[in-house]
Amino acid sequence: MKLDQEARYAENHEWARWDGKEIVCGISDHAQESLSDVVYVELPDEGDEFEKGDTFGVVESVKAASDLYMPMGGEIIATNEDLEDAPELVNQAPYGAGWMIRIAPSDPSEFDDLATARDYEARITEEEGEA
Amino acid sequence: MPYISHSDADRRAMLAAIGVQSVEELFADVPAHVCFPDLNLPPALSEIEARWELGSLAGANFTTADGPCFLGAGAYRHFVPAVVDAVLRRGEFYTAYTPYQPEVSQGTLQAIFEYQTMICALTGMDVSNASHYDGATATAEAVITAVNVHRMKRRKAAFSPYVHPEYRAVLRTYTQGMGLEVGDQELDNETACLVVQYPDFFGRVKDLTPLAEAAHAAGALLIVVANPIALGLLRPPSEFGADIVVGEGQGMGAGLNFGGPYLGFFATREEYVRRMAGRLVGQTVDTEGKRGFVLTLSTREQHIRREKATSNICTNQGLVALAAAVYMATLGRCGMRQVAELCYHRAHYARRRIGEIDGFSVVEDGPFFNEFVVRCPCPVSEVNEYLLAEWGIIGGYDLGRDYVDLDGHMLLCVTEMNPREEVDMLVEALEEVTA
Repeated sequence: MKLDQEARYAENHEWARWDGKEIVCGISDHAQESLSDVVYVELPDEGDEFEKGDTFGVVESVKAASDLYMPMGGEIIATNEDLEDAPELVNQAPYGAGWMIRIAPSDPSEFDDLATARDYEARITEEEGEA
Repeated sequence: MPYISHSDADRRAMLAAIGVQSVEELFADVPAHVCFPDLNLPPALSEIEARWELGSLAGANFTTADGPCFLGAGAYRHFVPAVVDAVLRRGEFYTAYTPYQPEVSQGTLQAIFEYQTMICALTGMDVSNASHYDGATATAEAVITAVNVHRMKRRKAAFSPYVHPEYRAVLRTYTQGMGLEVGDQELDNETACLVVQYPDFFGRVKDLTPLAEAAHAAGALLIVVANPIALGLLRPPSEFGADIVVGEGQGMGAGLNFGGPYLGFFATREEYVRRMAGRLVGQTVDTEGKRGFVLTLSTREQHIRREKATSNICTNQGLVALAAAVYMATLGRCGMRQVAELCYHRAHYARRRIGEIDGFSVVEDGPFFNEFVVRCPCPVSEVNEYLLAEWGIIGGYDLGRDYVDLDGHMLLCVTEMNPREEVDMLVEALEEVTA
């Protein structure tokens, strides 16, 4: 299980990372592995505003369609247009080229409520162990 | 899949495996008094007697097989070639279930794929689904698709008054609770789509380009409800810039069937394929590199997406779509054109002759395909009662039922199933109405 040490992680396996004054988001390596081959990512429009926990899109794989939830509230500044023709980037580089949205966060302190890489790893390891 | 029956020996072995003596024992939990209640029916008839009784009941009906029919308005009497039934009634097609397991359903899947391909050829669109129940529900699904394309941010559906009135009613039913405003409105930045019919409900053929431009200027999708038989002759809606083309496919090999089963076709642009409702068959290759067919893009559907699915439909009109596929393949491009031309010319002949009858007048309103409006000297119901009782002719549709200012106006339809003699008979009959 790969982790981005600079990112923090939400309940539903989305990650968030500071880039200047903006937050970049995507889904974790654990999430992309569970989904298997991603075939389509439905992303919001620029300018859309969401609160933390709102559904901002959907990631579709060959076997499932999962909602994507905002790890923090904010306005969509940009979406990753590469994912339209190459959704597999989510599988290949979930923390890099497979990023999904950039947001202008409405409440930067929400970042601190998210799990650190270490806590997220511990949680997943525990869940896997029980499964 | 082959039919595999089981023997008494098989049954005994299965019962023994679960420790039960008889099949009746499996129903032990059903209270005895509801098992075989007294139904108060007369004694059973023999097969011969049953046929006589049902035959005499059916004989009281007057059907389109018994006399000339000039009724259209959404359901059309077109010829069904014998080859359609010959293919449909093959057990492999007739009894096949949904092709969820592609490895044992290649015949069904290929047939649906060919149907989809021919619908695309007919409408000029990029992709077609495996079909809906009928033209009305396909239209409703198209509106919902347009709303989805706009991510639920636009809640208006502009609906031309010249689309079949019953389609508007079905759309209202389908979109209850969605907060949609459906009606003949101005196009603005809250309009998700504009729905028009081609030819329209009054049979008129119009250049849809101005409407397409207006819809697209407002950012709305253009949905065209098309008559597939007419498309054998007319320019395909894709050339006008249609975004979704839907319609009733009953005229292609299904017959009238007292209202159903019918066939809704749905075709759209490639960019909207993921928002499209309904089943979709795709072409692929198997592990040996051979061509094969599968149900695809299933993540749109409700068994995976649940409440976020594009629609709750989880079926298609398999057999009726097959009938349409056989019809289209049998007639081909030239045959479909020939059928359309026969309808067109017969209808134009009929309109000219009826226009010459005292008391009747035709409403001149530009080009038409095979339906036209006639002003009658008395109520349409009276004209139709007289036609049926005195001449055994099924007359046209009473437009006064749906359009307040069209009392006394009848919508007449002529198809390739009306030989010239029947049109002449209709004219003779109508001439006596005013006499």
